[in-house]
Parts: sequence; structure tokens; C-alpha cells
Amino acid sequence: MSAGTPQIATPAARLRAAQRVLSDNPAIALTFVFVALFVVTDIVNRAQSGKAFLTPTQVSTTFLYAAPLALLAAGQTLVMLTGGVDLSVATTATTAAFVSSGTAHDHGTGYALLLALAFGFGIGLVNGIGVAIFRVNPLIMTLGISSVTLGALTIYSQTRFVALVPNIVNTLGSSRFFKYVPYDLLVWAPIAALIILGLRFSGFGRMIFAVGDNPVACRLAGVRVWQVLLLVYALCGAFSAVAGILLVGFNDAADLGIAAPFLLPSVAAVVIGGTSILGGSGGYGGTILGALILTVLDSLLTILNASQALKQILYGAIILALAWLYARTSSGD
Amino acid sequence: MSTAAAGVAARVRPNPARLARRHGWTVGVYVLLLVLLLYWQTIPANWGSFDVQSLAIDALPLAFAAMAQSVVIISGGIDLSVGSLISLINVLSAKYMIDMSFRNALLFGLLLLVGSAAAGAFTGTLIVLSRVPDIVVTLAMLFVWAGLALEILQIPGGGAPQSYLQLGTGHWWSPWIPSGLMILLLAFAIFWLPLRWARPGLALYSVGSNRNAAYLSGVGVARTRIFAYALGGLFAGLAGLALSATSGIGDPNAGQYYTLNSVAAAVLGGVALVGGVGGLIGPIAAAFVVTLVKTILILKGVDQNWAQVIQGTLIIVVVMIGGLAIRQRART
Repeated sequence: MSAGTPQIATPAARLRAAQRVLSDNPAIALTFVFVALFVVTDIVNRAQSGKAFLTPTQVSTTFLYAAPLALLAAGQTLVMLTGGVDLSVATTATTAAFVSSGTAHDHGTGYALLLALAFGFGIGLVNGIGVAIFRVNPLIMTLGISSVTLGALTIYSQTRFVALVPNIVNTLGSSRFFKYVPYDLLVWAPIAALIILGLRFSGFGRMIFAVGDNPVACRLAGVRVWQVLLLVYALCGAFSAVAGILLVGFNDAADLGIAAPFLLPSVAAVVIGGTSILGGSGGYGGTILGALILTVLDSLLTILNASQALKQILYGAIILALAWLYARTSSGD
Repeated sequence: MSTAAAGVAARVRPNPARLARRHGWTVGVYVLLLVLLLYWQTIPANWGSFDVQSLAIDALPLAFAAMAQSVVIISGGIDLSVGSLISLINVLSAKYMIDMSFRNALLFGLLLLVGSAAAGAFTGTLIVLSRVPDIVVTLAMLFVWAGLALEILQIPGGGAPQSYLQLGTGHWWSPWIPSGLMILLLAFAIFWLPLRWARPGLALYSVGSNRNAAYLSGVGVARTRIFAYALGGLFAGLAGLALSATSGIGDPNAGQYYTLNSVAAAVLGGVALVGGVGGLIGPIAAAFVVTLVKTILILKGVDQNWAQVIQGTLIIVVVMIGGLAIRQRART
């Protein structure tokens, strides 16, 4: 690393070196943005209501809110690393929310949670079959599955069933222990560790990067690309289901629109986190920061009384601006 | 190597085989449409001109949306923002046309078409300038347009002058000729036919099938891609205006339906997602097929939501078969 550093650093060279460091480790810049955004929100909140925002409680709330988004974005990260995108994460999460709250009363909590996860995995598997085996464009496949799922859920929600959100799900989705630690961290942190370590150290993790980088080379090297894709989409479905379970725990009831507002942010979090939409580069660490940044941004916009419409426009603009920025930095070298 | 050889072989081969290969799919879609139409007219007890009218009303916005999507896909892109641009034009027209005279409403519609084409051109320019993949940019624009639509009209409402509604729901000469269908044909004849075999149309196909080759042959790639999105925006604007004329109101969420279904209609209509293949005649028929499937299901007494599930499943199956077809074609 240091061998290439020039002896006399001109300002321009120093700037280029700094740019290099930032583009190699977007996490540094993202952490800075996250902290800065928190401070800005604090200032705005003090100006508006005289109350501080930079408090342990608010930090803990931010993590509590960010967990479902970060889990949706976890599956999205894996899929986007392979060069695809999953637009069915929101309806898959909604499915899990309905299944877990709809079957808990009759069959018990364990059964309900397992069934919800199985549904998530199954929906992901169908996506995977379409993308990996039939080579359907991921976007169209997942959008189609999402519309089919939503139709089926609408029918299900009109049938009579006893809705009951299990206590443990409620606790996981909305409570904290030691005053400041949200319970959903107990779900999110192990999954996050598993993904980060798995992507880095397991053969499957490396294959995800390889498939996203060059599927043809992968196939020629003997990788069964379709198996990798199949598992990635199935995992994405399962993670979305976990997010859906946390969401129903937070909201205490399932409804058809429970996860819909998280669809675009799940893509945005991944893009903000520096994972290339073309696949092959990025990781989950950046996505976590992306989810945290979006959660604070959401708080800031709520404090500023921004309408849902304005938020939507802003998210669109952010995705665009960041994708543009990353495209520029990656084409520079 | 093998593709070059196949190309030479195709040139030597007699014309009928080539014609069948190039237009076989489109003819197939029309046969499918015909079969569905024949089946459809047996279901209602008193099938008549009214049913024809309502089919045209249901299918008109989707047909325009399919045209919008097809133009962009042919040029090698994909436009996920079609649906929300339709919503935007829909709410704009419904909100402001309601108190206008027919003449002003038409002028305003024309203005919206220009604006819609400009919006498409804007998206295209962003894609060309940023070099970000089409999917990301149009996904971002999906939310920008949808947000704007929601800002303009929070809940469904608005309207249009009666004479304007007649454009979408009325008929010409005889009750068997829905005016929506005629406007569709007119738009096709005005905005697509003159372009198809002229310089811009050919550029569209060349950029879609091989961007580098097009560049090396002197085609303005950036200009052509922006043009494709502008033309797509124009058709999306027509879809939005058609939606106001056929539904009579503006709805900020009405466009969602068209994002996926426009892609489905394009693929079903023989437009390959790799770009450079297909036309607009097929997707128009496909839009009617997609609409007819739902109409038939509902006439058969199937619940509205089940109809959505079945329609979605059929679309996925169609796209899967399309994917297999591409693989087969690549293999031979």
C-alpha cells in the first residue's frame, strides 16, 4: 500500500490519495455522514421544540427503527451483489407479518414463526427459480411475484382469522433491555455478523461476488451460477420474512401496507452503502450505515414536517445522486 | 463466429422462412388475441357494442403504456418510471381540466404531452450523463414522479369536461368503433409509423441491438437514447391522458398497475428485453390480450383479487417462456 505513495505529496496528489481512501472505504465517509446528520437533526430539533435529539434514547430508537429496514436491505445487498434487484422484499415481509400473526393463535408461536420464515424462503425460492433457471430479468420476476403475493394477501386478509401477535414478537419488535438496547438487535446483530463474515470468509460468499462480477467467467470456471443465484434469492426472502416479523411486532397488527414504505429505502440503503447496482462489489457493512442514515434522515424529515410525497421525491433524488457519485468514482480508476 | 455464419445463412435462405421467424411471434400474438376475442364474445348473455366499448376503455391506457415501454426497451433500456409518469399526467390533467372548456382542455392536454416528453427526455439525459444503469435511474424517477403526483393530488379526485371524456369513452360513426381505439391507431400512425423506417427509428434499433457497433457506424448513441426516453415519455403522457378520459378522475396511485404490465405487454408483444428486437404492433395487441384475460376472468365470476393473482402468474409464465426462447435462440 505505502510503496506507491509518492515522497513529496503535492496538494493535488494528497487530495487524490484521500479520494482513493474514501472510495475504497465508503464506511469512513458514511459514518461521518451518519454522525453529521444526527447533529443536524439535533440542532433542528432544538430550534423547533427546544429538545435535544442527540440523546442515548434517540440513538437507541434509531437502532430500533433501523433494524427492519436493515434486514430488508440485507437480502437486497446479497441480491444486488449478484447484479440483480429484488422488488418483492416488501410484500414478502408483509406475507411474513400476516402469517406470523394469523397462525399464532391456532398453532402456537413457534409454528407461526417457522411458517412465516418458510413462506419468506419459499417466495424467495420462486424468485430464484425464475431468475436462475429461466433467466427472467430479476426486476420483472420480483415485481411480478410481488403483485401475485399482494393479490393473494388481499384475499387472505378478507378471510376470517384470529389475528394475534405473539408476545415474544411484540417484545422483539418494540422493547428494549438495559434501558437502551433494543431487543431487535438480538435478531439483527447475529444476522449482520453472519452476512459480513460469510461474505468475506466463506466460499459461498466469495462466489456471490464472483457471480456478480462476471457470471460467464464463473460458469467457465465451473461455478454452478444458478445454484448460487437460487440460494441468494431464497435467503433474501428469508431475511425479508424476519424483517416482516419484527415489523408486525412493532406495529402490533398486520396490514397490507405494513412494509410497503420500506421498499425504496431498502434499495436506497444498499446504494448508499456503496454496493454496486451492477454487482460484484460492496458489502453489508455499508448497507447497515445506509439504513441508519436513512432512519435518521426520516426522523429529520418528520421533525421538519415533510409530507410523504416530499420524502419519496427526496429518496429518489438521493439514490440517483449517490449512484451517480459512485459511478463517477469507480470509472475514475 | 457462429452468429456471423448464421447471419450469412439467413441472407441466403428463402424469404418465407425469414419472414416467419421475424414476424411469427407477432402473428402468434394476434392469433391469441383473436382466440380470446372469440371466446370472450360467447360469455356475456347480450354481448354487443357496449362490451367492445368497455374493452377499448380498459385496454387504452395499457396499450399506450406498452408502447412507451416498448420504445425504450427496443433502444436497449428499460423504463420503470412509466407507471408513475402516467400517474403524474393523470392527476395533472384531472386536477386542472375539470373547469376547462373542451378547446382549452385539448390545448392543456397537448401541453401535458410536451411536458411528459420533456420529462422522459430528462430521464434519458440523466441516464446518458450519469452512466448509471437505466434500471437505477428510472427506479429513482419512479419515486420522484410518484411523489410529485401525490403532492399534486393526495386523494383520487378531479375530473374533465364531458366532451373530453367522450374522446376516451365515445365512439366514431358506429357504436362498434370505439373512439379510444381510433385515437390509439391515430397516435400509432402519427408518432411511430413515420419514424420506424426513417433515420431516428433505425438509430433506435441499431443502438438497442449493439451500442458499440452503432457508435462506430456514426449513430449518435447518446442522442438516440435520450430520444427513445422522450418518445416513451410522450406515449406515457398519452396513457395518462387516456386514463383521465376513460376513468374520469385523477388518482395518484393509478399508474402503479402499468409499471409491470407495460413490461409484460412489451415482452408478450415480441419485444426482447435485450433490445433491438420487436415493434409496437405486437405490444398493442398484447395489451389487449392482458386486459382481455382479466376481463374474461371477472366475467367468469372470479374474484377481482384472484383475477390479479392469475393475471400476474400468467405474466410471469409468459416472461419465463420468453426467457427460454431467448436461450434457445442463442444456442442455435
